[in-house]
Amino acid sequence: MEIIDLLRRPWPWYVAGPIIGLTVPALLLLGNKMLGISSTLRHVCAMCFPANIPFLKYNWKDKLWNILFAVGLLLGGFIGGVLLQPATPMPLSLKTIDSLRELGIVQQNGILPLEIFSWSNLFTWQHLVIVAGGGFLVGFGTRYSGGCTSGHGIAGLSTLQWPSLVATILFFASGIVTANFILPLLLK
Amino acid sequence: MKKRNFLYLLTGIVFGVTLMKSDAVSWFRMQEMFRFQGFQIFGIFMTAVPSAFIGIFLIKKFKLTTLDGEPIKIAKKEFNWGYVYGSLLFGVGWGLTGACPGPIYVQIGSGLSISLVILISALAGTWVYSYLRPHLPH
Repeated sequence: MEIIDLLRRPWPWYVAGPIIGLTVPALLLLGNKMLGISSTLRHVCAMCFPANIPFLKYNWKDKLWNILFAVGLLLGGFIGGVLLQPATPMPLSLKTIDSLRELGIVQQNGILPLEIFSWSNLFTWQHLVIVAGGGFLVGFGTRYSGGCTSGHGIAGLSTLQWPSLVATILFFASGIVTANFILPLLLK
Repeated sequence: MKKRNFLYLLTGIVFGVTLMKSDAVSWFRMQEMFRFQGFQIFGIFMTAVPSAFIGIFLIKKFKLTTLDGEPIKIAKKEFNWGYVYGSLLFGVGWGLTGACPGPIYVQIGSGLSISLVILISALAGTWVYSYLRPHLPH
């Protein structure tokens, strides 16, 4: 049971980082697959609503591995979030607690702030911009740039692809600007 | 073939549990990172990339093959301007939702039904991009 107790505790970065990184060589060894998660959104579109769009007309069954990987993420969320829920969560930095409180985000437990991400608080235009508008841009932007944090940030950088370096720098920079300047405007 | 599919699923499970347990799916943790107020996510990123690099280096050094005995191939990415425009747009979505595509799935798996809104919106974004693709600068 000691192992379970250990797994239940929040995992530090030096444990999580190598596991995430080693997924790249693991997928290559399993079958020459390149880690990438945003592509699963394309496969779901190709599977469910291809609508004769050339970019969505391909045999998504060839990408079954990628879809199974995403199903694994769902199961991983259940195992990690429900079965291995920690007794005490990892503390947030005091500065972050203060900065978010200034934005009106007081309940700072869990994964998402309930003041924005809950069914009862979703339906104001500002919150819809954050949740649905943000989600839309995640889907649109990752496909436009051909990858996300996993495909460009981890797989692309570790295989020394300079277009992925460009992409990673830009989405980090854009995220920093958004979180520090646009998000506060929407929460004022 | 069936066994291989199970291994892809298993890799996803391990990846998902790791994202979950290391707080990489947390909106709060992402805000902490974007404000340079904590090290957790930077630490994950800064150890993940070298770990992947070392793994690939060893694959090349020992000329390892896939389970089927095929040589390992890594496709080169060709630059186009979509990397620039797309990444800038993705960054805005990431800054707001605190979620890149992987964490969206993990959040749903952990029981957060509200994350279905993020997922459906992301699918809509992917679909609209696919539809507009011929008209967008690349």
